[in-house]
Amino acid sequence: MAVQVDKPLPSSAEGRLDLETLELQLLLEGIYRHYGFDFREYAPASLKRRVWRRVHAEHAQTIAGLLERVLHDPLVMERLLLDLSINVTAMFRDPTFYAALREKVAPVLHTYPFTRIWVAGCSTGEEVYSLAILLQEEGLYERTRIYATDINEAVLDRARSGVFALDKMQEYTENYLRAGGKRSFSEYYLAKYEGALFERSLTDNVVWAPHNLVQDRSFNTFNLILCRNVMIYFDRALQSHVHELFHESLERFGMLALGHKESIRFTGFEDRYEDVDPQEKIYRKVR
Amino acid sequence: MSHDLVAIGASWGGLDAFRDLLRDLPAELDAAVVIAQHRSPESHPTAFRDLLGAVTRLRVREAADKDQLQAGTVYIAAPDYHLLVDPGALSLSTDEPVLYARPSIDVLLESAAESYRERCVGVVLTGANDDGAQGLARVFELGGTAIVQDPAEATRDEMPLAAIAAVPGARVARTAEIAQLLVELCGTAKVHA
Repeated sequence: MAVQVDKPLPSSAEGRLDLETLELQLLLEGIYRHYGFDFREYAPASLKRRVWRRVHAEHAQTIAGLLERVLHDPLVMERLLLDLSINVTAMFRDPTFYAALREKVAPVLHTYPFTRIWVAGCSTGEEVYSLAILLQEEGLYERTRIYATDINEAVLDRARSGVFALDKMQEYTENYLRAGGKRSFSEYYLAKYEGALFERSLTDNVVWAPHNLVQDRSFNTFNLILCRNVMIYFDRALQSHVHELFHESLERFGMLALGHKESIRFTGFEDRYEDVDPQEKIYRKVR
Repeated sequence: MSHDLVAIGASWGGLDAFRDLLRDLPAELDAAVVIAQHRSPESHPTAFRDLLGAVTRLRVREAADKDQLQAGTVYIAAPDYHLLVDPGALSLSTDEPVLYARPSIDVLLESAAESYRERCVGVVLTGANDDGAQGLARVFELGGTAIVQDPAEATRDEMPLAAIAAVPGARVARTAEIAQLLVELCGTAKVHA
């Protein structure tokens, strides 16, 4: 018996957008059910841009076409995971933030015999190395352990290697100086071939570990958590979920640092913190 | 007919164009206005907002991540971030610059178009590159209204000319006329919260 499908191909841009929205939901559902990574509560507009980048790179025609490859080829999933998890950043991005770390946070850390810091969603490690440099210069590094986590183990390997693009060093040097750097930035790396290899001692007290902010539990308590420009890729509900995780992972009077344009308002946790530096989005847990 | 979101992009010469345009808009404009202006991350953190705020009756603020869009408010894209529109709220991204720009006007307009469709107005003002053309095409394609500053009036005409070439159906107007058009397209609300 013939079955009639009276749904024509969408001819309008609106119809194609509706279909694309459906395909994106199917992709995220497929990834979650097959691989266990949950991107379903990511902010949709930026997520879609990243997914399309992978659609083109894999020479697929549609998001549904990418889904087929993702499900049947784990290597495609790995590449998509890189696209979805690498957050572009720079060493000492927002120099004023690092200046505030130096002036307002370091003195507090000096009052502790030992400090645990969590860099959550550390991506390729720029922030971890920046932080390690700052802590060394402030005489804090020897009594600090930095837990640098990311959802993606391949990204952690890259971060651990300590090699960064040589052509970024001028920008990073300027940032470092504006952040109140006390030495010559070039003392921290060795220029080799195409890369700048950072000093090994910077990672002596760094623990690199996979951790998924969306799905994993708290694994320790910390005096300081840095999570800058990571949650901007999450929707509001997911942000609240992660704030709950951070709140339970902070020691009393522990500090939380977010990106310049991130807000703790409307997360449900705004009354649990007081300002350390409202401009730089540094908060202290008070209850 | 009723538009809820106005997304505007400008580059070279944008400050004057934005001041001319926003000066003529009423406080009761019944739409949220989201703007992207190419500028240096080293520029003074509040100067651009203050200069716009001084001439307009609309509320002006720097866009923060997950800001809920409210009518009668102008949201300014922060330098060194992309600004995207999700349904009802703004999102930021630090992804690579697009056409050397972050914020990218294309990224703003495309996401605005896809989240608001026929309720979106896209506007491309003065600039010396072709950012915004593709995003404006997306606004038009999804049933929204596309507006381009008259190249004869613009400080730099490259960006308006590129937008007109990409969107032949766009309305071309001077800033004073654009303000009037926006009032017609979005309407005015007597009271807003």
